[in-house]
Amino acid sequence: MLDPWAASAHFLAMTQYLSTADDLAALVPDGAQIAIGKPPLSPTAIAGAMIRRGVKDIHLITSPTQAYVADLLIGAGCIGLVETSGVSLGELGPAPRFVAAVKSGAIQIKDSTCPAVYAAIQAGEKGQPFAPLRGLIGSDVLASRPDYKIVENPFEPGDDIVLLPAIRPDFAIMHAPKADRFGNVWIGGRHELKSLAHAAKQTLITVEEIVDGDLRLDESAAPNLISGLYVRAIVEAKQGAWPDAAPGYYGFDEDAVIAYGAQARTEAGFNAWLSDHVLPAVAAE
Amino acid sequence: MSAAPKDVKLEERLITCIASYLNDCPHIAVGVISPIPGSAAMLAAEKQGGKVSIIGSNHPKYRCDGGVELFDQAGQGRINAFFLSGGQIDGQANINLHGVGGYPEMKVRWSGAFGSAYLYFLVPKVILFRLEHSRRVFPEKVDFVSSPGVSEPGTHRPGGPYALVTNLCAFSFDKAKGGFRLDSIHKGTTLEEVQDNTGFSFDIPDNVPQTPEPTDADLALIRSDIADAIAGPYPKFARQVFGKAA
Repeated sequence: MLDPWAASAHFLAMTQYLSTADDLAALVPDGAQIAIGKPPLSPTAIAGAMIRRGVKDIHLITSPTQAYVADLLIGAGCIGLVETSGVSLGELGPAPRFVAAVKSGAIQIKDSTCPAVYAAIQAGEKGQPFAPLRGLIGSDVLASRPDYKIVENPFEPGDDIVLLPAIRPDFAIMHAPKADRFGNVWIGGRHELKSLAHAAKQTLITVEEIVDGDLRLDESAAPNLISGLYVRAIVEAKQGAWPDAAPGYYGFDEDAVIAYGAQARTEAGFNAWLSDHVLPAVAAE
Repeated sequence: MSAAPKDVKLEERLITCIASYLNDCPHIAVGVISPIPGSAAMLAAEKQGGKVSIIGSNHPKYRCDGGVELFDQAGQGRINAFFLSGGQIDGQANINLHGVGGYPEMKVRWSGAFGSAYLYFLVPKVILFRLEHSRRVFPEKVDFVSSPGVSEPGTHRPGGPYALVTNLCAFSFDKAKGGFRLDSIHKGTTLEEVQDNTGFSFDIPDNVPQTPEPTDADLALIRSDIADAIAGPYPKFARQVFGKAA
C-alpha cells in the first residue's frame, strides 16, 4: 500500500516554499516561454515581480485569453511575443498597451482561437506532438499561423482538419486560492489551470493562503488539486490576483480596472500606474 | 401584479428580437461581452424551456465550465445557438475581431478571435449582434477574416451564421446564397436608414415588417428575473440598463 507520508515527503522535497513573489520572478530567465490563464485568478503578484525584475523578451501564451495582467506585462516591456486568442479588458474595453504594442510592432503576435490553445495545451500535457481541431479552415487566423497544418483525416478521405503543435511552456504561472505544505495547490473550479500546470515544464504559484493539513485527504478538494509533482515553488501572496478576482476571497475590482484602462491609454499614464501599483514593493524593502 | 410601464428601451426591443431567433434551441451558450444576447437567451429559455450556459457566470442556473468543456460540447453538437460579433461583419457574414488595415501591425487593433474561429463552424445557429449599424462596421469585405461566414464544400461545418441583429434591424442569413436578407426593421427606423448605413448588399423582400415590440409579459420578465440574473456576469450592463446592482 502506498504510504501517503512518504509520498508527501517526496513532493515536499520538490516544491519550494519561498517568501515573496519576487523570489518566484527570480526563477524566470529572459526569453522564457510563459503561460498564464484567463481571469479570474490572474497571476498579478508574480507579473508585478517580473516587471520589477525587468524580465525581457518573454514569449507569453495566454490560456486562452487575458486582460489586465497581460496588458501590464506588455506595457512594461517584458514581452517579445504574445500568443493569444484575445487580449481585452472585457466589458470594460480594449487592453491599451496590448493594442499599442501590436500596432507599432513592438511585440510579435501569434493569433489563435480559444479551443486551439486549450487543445494544444492538452496535447502538451499528454506528451503528444500535436492536437487536431475542427474549425479554423478558411480563416485568416489559420493563414497567419504557418505552424498550424491542414491534413486529411486518415479515417475519412476528403475530410480536412487542422493540426496544432503541442504547447509545452517553460513556466506556467498562476494565482490560486490555497495550497497545503505538501506542494498541492487547490484551484477551485478552474481545472484548465491543472492542464496548464501539467503541460508546463514547471509551475510557479502564488496562493491566498497556505493551509495546515493535507488537501489530498479532502475528497471534495482532491480532484481540483495541482499535484506538487508539477509545482516548482509556492508563495503565499494575499490579494495576489488583484484587481482580478480570487473567487471565495475577493471579487473583481472593476473601479481599478476602469481607472487602469483610462490611464494606460498613454505611455506616461501607464508608467504612472506602474509607479503607483507595481513598483512600490521594491521601495518598501 | 402591476403592469410594466411601456416605455420600451432599445435594449429590451433587441432582447426580444434576438429571442425570436432562438426557437428550438434546447442549449444556448453565451460568451463574454454579450449582455443583450445573454438576456435574449435567458428570455428564450424561460419561455420555451431549455438550458443557457453563460461563460463566467456563477449563477447556478447559467454556470458552465467556461473552459475546455464548452468547446467540447460545441464539437459534439451539444450547443444549438451561440452569439458572435465583430468589429467588422461583411455581406458574406465573415467576421473580423482582429482589426483594420494590414496584418499584423494593423491601423486599428481589436482583441482577437476568442472562440469564434471554432464555434462559428460548429454551432448551428450563430446569431451575429452589433449595436453600431454603420458602413464602417458592415463593409462589403472585412479587412481580416477572423472566421469565415461560409466554407468551401467538403469542409466540416455543421454551424454558421443564422441571423444578424443590429440597433436598426434584423437580417437572416441565407446559407445557399451566402448572403443576408432583411427580416424586419426596428421601430423608429426606415429602410432608407438601413440601406444608407450598410456597406454590403442584401436581399430586401417586398414588404419589410417592423420588428415586433416586446409584449407586456416579455417586458415584465426582462425587467425582473432576467435583469437580476444578468447582473452577475454583466454588472455594468445591468446597472446601466436596468438600474440593478450585482
